[in-house]
Amino acid sequence: MASATAKQGAGSTRFWDRLNMSTKRVIWAWTFLALPILFYAAIRFYPTFTAFWLSLTDWDLLRPANFIGFANYQKMFADPVFWKVFQNTFLYLLVGTPVSLIISFVIAYYLDRVRFMHGFIRALYFLPFLTTAAAMGWVWRWFYQPLPIGVINGFLSTIGMEQQPFLRSTLQALPSILVPAIWAGLGFQIIIFMAGIRAIPSTFYEAAKIDGLGDWAILRKITVPLLKPTTVFLVVFSSIGFLRIFDQVYNMTSNDPGGPLNATKPIVLMIYQTAFSSYQMGYAAAQTVVLFTILLVVSLLQLYVLREKK
Amino acid sequence: MFSKAKIAGLAAGISFLALGSAQAVEIEYWQYVFDSRVQAMDQLIKNFEAANPDITVKHTTFPYADYQTRVVAAKVAGQGPDVVQLFYGWLDNFVSGELIQPLDPAVFPTAEIESDFFPIVSAMKRGDSYYGLPTAVRSLALFYNKALFEEAGIANPPSNLEELLAAAEATVKRDGGGNIISEGITMDMAGQDHHWWREALIRQNGGVPYDAEGNVAYNDAAGAAALKFYTDLQTEQKVGLVGFMDEGQAAFRAGLAAMTIDGTFRLGAFESNPFEWGVVELPADANGVRSNYSSYFANAIGASAQGEEKIAAEKFLAYISSPEAMEVWLDIVGELPARRDVALTETNLNDPIKGPFLKGLEYAHTTKFYDEAAQRQTAIDMVNRVLLEGQSVEDSLAQAAAAEQAIIDAATK
Repeated sequence: MASATAKQGAGSTRFWDRLNMSTKRVIWAWTFLALPILFYAAIRFYPTFTAFWLSLTDWDLLRPANFIGFANYQKMFADPVFWKVFQNTFLYLLVGTPVSLIISFVIAYYLDRVRFMHGFIRALYFLPFLTTAAAMGWVWRWFYQPLPIGVINGFLSTIGMEQQPFLRSTLQALPSILVPAIWAGLGFQIIIFMAGIRAIPSTFYEAAKIDGLGDWAILRKITVPLLKPTTVFLVVFSSIGFLRIFDQVYNMTSNDPGGPLNATKPIVLMIYQTAFSSYQMGYAAAQTVVLFTILLVVSLLQLYVLREKK
Repeated sequence: MFSKAKIAGLAAGISFLALGSAQAVEIEYWQYVFDSRVQAMDQLIKNFEAANPDITVKHTTFPYADYQTRVVAAKVAGQGPDVVQLFYGWLDNFVSGELIQPLDPAVFPTAEIESDFFPIVSAMKRGDSYYGLPTAVRSLALFYNKALFEEAGIANPPSNLEELLAAAEATVKRDGGGNIISEGITMDMAGQDHHWWREALIRQNGGVPYDAEGNVAYNDAAGAAALKFYTDLQTEQKVGLVGFMDEGQAAFRAGLAAMTIDGTFRLGAFESNPFEWGVVELPADANGVRSNYSSYFANAIGASAQGEEKIAAEKFLAYISSPEAMEVWLDIVGELPARRDVALTETNLNDPIKGPFLKGLEYAHTTKFYDEAAQRQTAIDMVNRVLLEGQSVEDSLAQAAAAEQAIIDAATK
């Protein structure tokens, strides 16, 4: 890029010299900015727009795409599986995000006060975040097994309780997948919350103590409000994560992906199957457009609700 | 050797067509990665190149999960393989996508194909043309754990469904709470059981899974009886549990299942089982009727192979579907030869492991799949609705039939 500019400069020295300092600076700035913009345009925006176009076609990889209007969308909205998947996706979001944020905040809040083996405990919480989702999915999948293999059912039967079907139940399967998914993300959220808590000036706390506020009031009036930027970041970040959940579900149900009876299937898994198992690229593109819209609306909504009130 | 002479004759016939193209031709062969298959193919390529010094074969492999996508992507990019391996169930997609071309009947005479190969090869025929030939075929059989059978005091493995139920009841182990801790028979619709249900149980109950036009035909009393037999294993007899140890084959390998239904391709994995096991034909019904499901990967000629590459590709395809190649494949991969005279030898039929699979081939059916994964899913869901949601067998069957017919309609429209 620099050499291209240099060449251009050599070719028209007088033109370049005539420009004043600030114009030159702008040109330089745009030259550097052009690189990521071009990159994004080619790698992100172009495929995104192509996906919008593909969603209006019947492309199946093999034959040329034909324009079929909104037929893919009609098919999708008439498909009960799509609505089931839609509901699952929001269950992952609406249960996963608040539960994971509350747990991680509570842990961060108390961990911040722990001095004994602080680093070690923090590392323990962070460890699952470093583990591959696939490996974790498989370990948990075996935890949930029926007797005589499953650890959890082994424990239940030792204390005289009935064994639970977990992943083999249309009701329990989704929560069973959410548990490791939440657990895996905790470490990251705890670290961010702790950084946020530590960034609150201690003078605020001292002033509050002098004024005679109790722990609960301090938490409510100082810690939580001042953590708002951190919370906004984590809410958006973890919502997008749960809306895009895939690895855990796929690895924990790979014999019957998203099953049993679509009870755990999130929209990303449906897209994957439509595209790479049934090769209905057009239909899969229509599903990605819906996912894109959901992500956009949810993110904008959260930013609006949690915005800074001026 | 007789078979070698036959190949030499065939090769000579083809090379007559190739006269005048003396310089080296390179053709590309594609298959998916599976250790023993790759080894066997390398061996075949070595033999072929020794016999045809003017042809080199480039062997390219991809992981199974990506395989179809790669073939399709290569076609879009205009760089397809000259000879390509495909599952018989993908044929319609490959033909309509113009990924492969029909075999030239002058080189591969239809009458010879139909007399020499097992009848299931007809799944590679569309109209009057064959689109590919298999090297090896697979069928299903009942594996049983000899140690568990001995422990339960059963002398002979089951030969019909009634004996199967008795053996399962005798071998199943339950704890004080009634939970199964070792299965009598595995239940895994995501594995091979959906084939057992489709092609064996339905037929044994007097029905057919699909009609002559390929439409769903199992939504009747026969289909319901077959489904009830299967789900009863868990709900009535309580000798198996879907999801036990995750997969049927895992339970069997761990020695926690007395019987499992699986295919030839499992032989390699079961070889290292730390217990004695045996194989018998899939159980017959009360009238002695047997059925089986057979499947195979065939080799076809890529659409882009033209001119001398096409001639070389035809030579190579002829070689890898020859009796000699099938013997190499049987030795290294363990899959059954697709030619009747190579497969049904005295030695093979008397082999305690290969025998039951080979006998199964004689009466096997090959389901014409349009979207194998999606059609299997309809069977998985059908069983789950009965087992998990308490839906009646008839309703669940009707729903599965409608869902599968929709897949067939979408594919054939």
